[in-house]
Amino acid sequence: MASLRDIKTRINSTQKTKQITKAMHMVSASKLNKAEEFTKAYDPYSAKIREVVNSIANSGLDAEHPMLETREVKKTAYFVITADRGLAGAFNSGVLREVYRTIQEKHQSKDEYAVITVGRMGRDFFRKRDIPILKEITGLSDQPSFADIKDLTSETVQLFIDEEIDELVIFHNHFISAISQKVTSKKLLPLTDLKEASGGAKSTYEYEPNQQEILDVLLPQYAESLIFGALLDSKASEHASRMTAMKSATDNADELIDDLSLQYNRARQAAITQEITEIVGGVAALE
Amino acid sequence: MNTLTVSVVTPDGPVLEDSFEMVSCKAESGELGVLPGHIPLVAPLSISAVRLKGENPQRIALSGGFLEVRPDKVTILAQSAERPDDIDIERARAAKERAERRLQAKQDEIDFRRAELALKRALNRIDVIENK
Repeated sequence: MASLRDIKTRINSTQKTKQITKAMHMVSASKLNKAEEFTKAYDPYSAKIREVVNSIANSGLDAEHPMLETREVKKTAYFVITADRGLAGAFNSGVLREVYRTIQEKHQSKDEYAVITVGRMGRDFFRKRDIPILKEITGLSDQPSFADIKDLTSETVQLFIDEEIDELVIFHNHFISAISQKVTSKKLLPLTDLKEASGGAKSTYEYEPNQQEILDVLLPQYAESLIFGALLDSKASEHASRMTAMKSATDNADELIDDLSLQYNRARQAAITQEITEIVGGVAALE
Repeated sequence: MNTLTVSVVTPDGPVLEDSFEMVSCKAESGELGVLPGHIPLVAPLSISAVRLKGENPQRIALSGGFLEVRPDKVTILAQSAERPDDIDIERARAAKERAERRLQAKQDEIDFRRAELALKRALNRIDVIENK
């Protein structure tokens, strides 16, 4: 049996860990709140831009645009959103596992794919496995503004326009609720789902100067906004996931402390009993 | 007098939603003025200031984006849009100087284009503040 002092030390250290995890739990909870607000602020923009894009795409499109055309896929880029830090349960590993599996299944040679990573965990994962990284960004703030990732999104979209990549698939954690997040993958480019999602154009517009030039500006902006949306979604998931992980860590610490306290009290009682027995024995020997 | 509702939205949230009598802005193809009852229109905007005229006129600095017009409603979709009060003038000045230095340094074409755009944005912000 461990000595009294050993048990005491363990209780103390568990207590300290618990304080930390509890603080992290509360921090994540408040960050999650903020992240949800940000997502809400972003919603009107995304809804509007989708509406305009849809109505142009469905207005008997005589304009063609490379971003709408499916071409032969020579190189696929995977846009992977992870966190900068761990301690968030399966948040990072889930999305990374999914990407890695997809890459293993679909591709034979390294020329056929590349990744674009957001977050340190993703970057380190792919670097270690020698998977080509096209672009990376780390150290994003917890409440990213569009300006923070504008460079990354516009460069990514440019890669597609320049035909360096022929397909862009985005992997991220989709926020369902505070206790449930799901890894989702979505084909972002080319924008093929536009024409299918018709449902009759609601309004017809005049185009100034013409459809073609509008598409030139609108489609990249639309694609960028989709990436930003995924990022916000992923941030919300990250905080939710970290919150849950820290909650269960705190609960586990509580349980551990209970067990250890019981052990400690038993050991203490045993020591006292032994001492009394020794004294009684000593007295008896003297008589 | 007739008014139209103007809303300016960016990915970081709505910037403004209010009624005005006229919207005048700079599209890629030239200056554009919108009055109530305009036919539906979509036009890309250049890096410029949007002037909203009405009881309390406003100027907003845009860094590119879109204008969507409906007969009674105008929506501006921009990647960034700022009212004069929200502009950080120091930052804009710093950005202007940085962009000017880059332009003089004669780099390759892509950097050049970027610096040019950055300079435009900075000048636009400064302009909006100074002509409040």
